[in-house]
Amino acid sequence: MTSVEMRQVGHKLPELLLTQEHHMCPGCGEPLALRGYLEAISELGLSDRTIGVAGIGCYTSFSMSMDIDLVQALHGRAPSVATGVKRMRPDSIVFTIQGDGDMVNEGLQEVLHTAARGENVTCILLNNGVFGETGGHMTATSVIGQRTKNSLDGRDAAYHGYPILIGDLIAQLQGAAYVARGSVHNAGAVARTKRMFKRAFQAQERGEGFTFVEVLTMCPTGWFIPTLDGPEYMNDTLGEVHIMGELKVDGVVRSTEELHEENVRKAAEMEHALARGGIDDHHD
Amino acid sequence: MKLMEGSEAIAEASIAAGCRFFAGYPMTPFTELLEHFAKRLPEEHGVCINAESELEAVGMAWGALATGARAATGSTGQGLSLMQESFSEITLAELPLVIFNMARGQQDYFQSTRGGGHGDYRHIVLAPMDIGEAVELTQLAFHLADKWRTPVLVYGDYLLAHVQEAVDITPVAFPDLPPKEWALDGTKTGTGASRIVSPLGFDKAGRPSEGIENHLRAIVEKQERIAAEEVRVESGFTDDAETVIVAFGPPGKFVKYVVQQLRAEGEKIGYVRPITLWPFPTDAVAEASEDTARVGVFEICAGQMIDDVRLSVLGRAPVTFIGGISTDGSGFGVGPLLDVELIRERILALHHDEPMPALPHNERQF
Repeated sequence: MTSVEMRQVGHKLPELLLTQEHHMCPGCGEPLALRGYLEAISELGLSDRTIGVAGIGCYTSFSMSMDIDLVQALHGRAPSVATGVKRMRPDSIVFTIQGDGDMVNEGLQEVLHTAARGENVTCILLNNGVFGETGGHMTATSVIGQRTKNSLDGRDAAYHGYPILIGDLIAQLQGAAYVARGSVHNAGAVARTKRMFKRAFQAQERGEGFTFVEVLTMCPTGWFIPTLDGPEYMNDTLGEVHIMGELKVDGVVRSTEELHEENVRKAAEMEHALARGGIDDHHD
Repeated sequence: MKLMEGSEAIAEASIAAGCRFFAGYPMTPFTELLEHFAKRLPEEHGVCINAESELEAVGMAWGALATGARAATGSTGQGLSLMQESFSEITLAELPLVIFNMARGQQDYFQSTRGGGHGDYRHIVLAPMDIGEAVELTQLAFHLADKWRTPVLVYGDYLLAHVQEAVDITPVAFPDLPPKEWALDGTKTGTGASRIVSPLGFDKAGRPSEGIENHLRAIVEKQERIAAEEVRVESGFTDDAETVIVAFGPPGKFVKYVVQQLRAEGEKIGYVRPITLWPFPTDAVAEASEDTARVGVFEICAGQMIDDVRLSVLGRAPVTFIGGISTDGSGFGVGPLLDVELIRERILALHHDEPMPALPHNERQF
């Protein structure tokens, strides 16, 4: 793990959180993603017209802790439910929260069709490459070589097939207006991911079409690794395949190679900024 | 009065009842209902989505319902098989979904009344015998769904969907219902009083939550109240009947017609036509079987409702199945058994303790 001074990127509890208690495991990345989108909603002044739709996974407990008008959907089905909500309440800001098992396994066609239709909703994916709630099983986003409870020797392409890069797939669809993949493996990534949430919600507010933010989240329990190794393990495994960055902005799709280059440049800038003593929150 | 195809009449009755959202996926003989909603809902400032699958259609309706809108979906039984998981959970989420089954015959009685989904749920099932009754029952479906916060399924078939009748789409007046304070509009977000529409029995953090066990029990208690209050049934000539025939939907109308003819000829035959399939009119069937020699059940399938008839008759009289599988060559439409003369023969065979005639065969097969 890079040796950097730990910095506080948020200064207060998110306004849209009813309780700080949660049932996530130590080292889980999902509460960090939760904080990101809750802060994005309240900072954009959208709190009085936001409706959430939640899938089924570890994050389902957030349904009760978020101070958000919310529909609890079935595993895989949140994008369709969000479609019905938005069509009846077009002035609302509507978002979904799903895990990779929920979205990319069970409900893949739902999110693809919703994106292709250009539904004016924001779908959020918490991608940890594993079924966390059942205790660490392979999903459609698990990377090659990843050990899970039902791929004990690691995901083998010949036997288990290849992972789906869902953000890249959605970016290709005409109805998708904004597609980004963030991460919560370090403070810089958390701040950058929050900006992605904001851009997605702003695009929805302008009625530009389907918006999508994927967030890589740590699951040390489901990965069978020491809690503290979570961020580095994620960045070195999932992060090397599901590349962080903005995959589609203003209708322009960007390639994995472009994002790689951008990430190298940003990492250098981050090192420089930290050495200088601060992160410019408005810089991206 | 206007000459209208059943599908059009049901769509118009839905709109008259305030339905403003529909999502569906084409499938014979349901397709024309989707077509009419697709044409008419935008004219009424509503939305009809040509969903990419049945699973997505029911999910979309779920979302629309959560905002407080009157919303519906539908298909044939085959398509509804795909939606059963959601029907179960929407029942637990207490959302007022209206479902149209334009079924291929009467093979979906079990699916409709027992539920193809998981869990202990039941929902109301209304079975109109013709288009005029469908116009009334469609509007009733939306009312009952809101009144009880439960799904209501309207059971139709190829005949109901495609035949034309002269009908009036007269809006039916129902008692006022309380406002939907549970419906989501986003305005409670960030106030500490945000709402959750969930099948799981959880409330927001910091509020007393009934928990899943109590929630499941409360749903069952509600279903018991529905079963006690919402039974609908039509009976005729059962007082002195030696033979009672039970049939529902359009075949129930055929049976009613045949029984009326036979009565005019002096035969002591009566009929019971369940209008609600769930709750099943157990008492009416039991009462009709009290002093009768035999009960016949006519269904266009292998015999499914007969289970409920037997559970109602409880051995007071022998219960005999006089229907059968009958379809056109495609498997979608009306088979040769739905015929007044053939139904008459079968009822008389039962009435006179004679051998049941063989089922007719469809000569045109693909």
